[in-house]
Amino acid sequence: MLDSTEKSVGVGSGALLAGPTEERRGPSYGDRVWAGLMVALGGSILVAAGLVLLMLYRLARPLGAVVSPLAFLSGSDWDPMSNAFGALPFIYGTVVTSVLAMLVAVPASVGMAVFLVEMAPAWVRPVVSFLIETLAAIPSVVYGLWGLFVLVPWLRGSVEPFLGKAFGFLPLFQGPPIGLGYLAAGLVLAVMILPTIASVSIEVLKTVPVPLREGALGLGATRWEAIRMTVLPYARNGILGGSLLGLGRALGETMAVTMVIGNSPSIRASLFAPGYTLPAVIANEFAEATGAVQIGALAGLGLVLFGLSVVLNAVARLLVQGVARGPKRRRA
Amino acid sequence: MTLLWRRLANHLATALAAAAVLVAVIPLASLFWLVLSNGVAGLSLQFFTSRPLPVGEQGGGVGNAIVGTLYMVGIACVFGLPIGVGAGVYLAERGDTRVGRVVRFTSEVMSGIPSIVVGIVAYGLIVVPMRRFSALAGGVALALLMVPTLARTTEELVRLVPHALREASLALGVAQWKTSLRIILRTALGGIVTAILLSVARAAGETAPLLFTALNNQYWNFRPDQPTASLTVQIFNYAISPYEDWHRKAWSAALVLLILVGLLDLLARFLARSRLSRKR
Repeated sequence: MLDSTEKSVGVGSGALLAGPTEERRGPSYGDRVWAGLMVALGGSILVAAGLVLLMLYRLARPLGAVVSPLAFLSGSDWDPMSNAFGALPFIYGTVVTSVLAMLVAVPASVGMAVFLVEMAPAWVRPVVSFLIETLAAIPSVVYGLWGLFVLVPWLRGSVEPFLGKAFGFLPLFQGPPIGLGYLAAGLVLAVMILPTIASVSIEVLKTVPVPLREGALGLGATRWEAIRMTVLPYARNGILGGSLLGLGRALGETMAVTMVIGNSPSIRASLFAPGYTLPAVIANEFAEATGAVQIGALAGLGLVLFGLSVVLNAVARLLVQGVARGPKRRRA
Repeated sequence: MTLLWRRLANHLATALAAAAVLVAVIPLASLFWLVLSNGVAGLSLQFFTSRPLPVGEQGGGVGNAIVGTLYMVGIACVFGLPIGVGAGVYLAERGDTRVGRVVRFTSEVMSGIPSIVVGIVAYGLIVVPMRRFSALAGGVALALLMVPTLARTTEELVRLVPHALREASLALGVAQWKTSLRIILRTALGGIVTAILLSVARAAGETAPLLFTALNNQYWNFRPDQPTASLTVQIFNYAISPYEDWHRKAWSAALVLLILVGLLDLLARFLARSRLSRKR
């Protein structure tokens, strides 16, 4: 492209190249300042990412004097007073609540996306889009407030006693109905990650070429068969990527979970039992942490969380990008 | 597999997909209704103008928390907007180089970092050297959250500017930097303002990164090196307290927060829409 050659003239060896052929002078002072500014601004993102890693590592280091990384990850006791730092209850709670949230949110958001893109009459679409955007815009502390004073009493009063009676033979649904616990946290998370998964799914479904649908319908498929056999398989990777983005959000979500999970560093099979998650314990203990070791343990939990979210996000972005790029490549 | 069964399955799937929308509608409706019905009673002029009072005392409000939120969002804008928008322009102009791709991928991955982790980073960056919780630390945490998203949105908006505009400007002999600033950025400006408003709304609703950077403050504070109250942390503290009166205040404060965030969102959407309609 014209502009890229022009750019390379402007950036570096410009004076040499431009000198003999043109009478114009080389890169102007302004252009050189602009080029430098651009590089500095782009580099600032890399610097920020480096700072994140450096700070987490530096804060977490004092922990190394007390427990080894492996013992930290596999220990199940958490008692800062007696220097016992095991991350397992928090990892377990994070995994359980996130899985629960995914079980509810993925089918619901894919259903929403399919409804919106494939089925809904035209006037419904802006309404549902508005709904999704609004869900995404609500601050998490407000979700927490709602969870604490609306969802938790409802779970305690009706849902958990019912589940206990109907499915009480499963260890998942045993124990007293407290309300605060894994179930409440999972459900609040489900509502919160719904917009993430739904909006990515909608974008992905929109990229499915119309002729695919027409082909299926032309062969006599019903609308649902066309969706199931052509649209969804085509969009599968993108929807998977969107789900992973949602999972990343669920893992890191702090306030709403802190307010409804019951904050008990224990590992229980029952979904009714109170638990704890990685972000929740950081939120509750960091400001009042005594000494570098406890700060180190909490920063260590942050490092675990950081690692999880980086891996999830990287994989998710690659999947979503692959879908967005796929059709274009084939056309070229 | 009779035709009847296939048609039935079709209707069933349609019904289930429509029902999925309810999974979003019911919590949303419940949340809005309860915030409104529980929060509206506590709203008064005093609620907006006074600071929180100890348990048992009548009155008190979230005036200092509103100011604190605006204050820290302001600090976040000072650091976050130039870097975020600038990095976005960089990605649009140089994003196809190898370094550019690395920067884009980094900013995408950074935008997924949990906000509580960003809080830890700001703690290490500002609170540890300064040896105290401060509005500055809270603002820096919010800025760190703003930058990656803002960079990606800005990039997309700048890339929307037709290439012909740049070529026309360069052909007329306008310098590179002037073309980028006065032609490209000028054209994308409306969209960028919308993106900025949305990221400001998001920052105003953040709680986790403020918990141990700005902490909280029961008093008015206008100094960047002191602990500062914020609407979100105040809601959290009110909500987890054991007092009925404070719970009511939490709902009222949540209503104020929703109105603040909602107004910013509406303004952003209004700007985006009027810009689009002008183009047509």
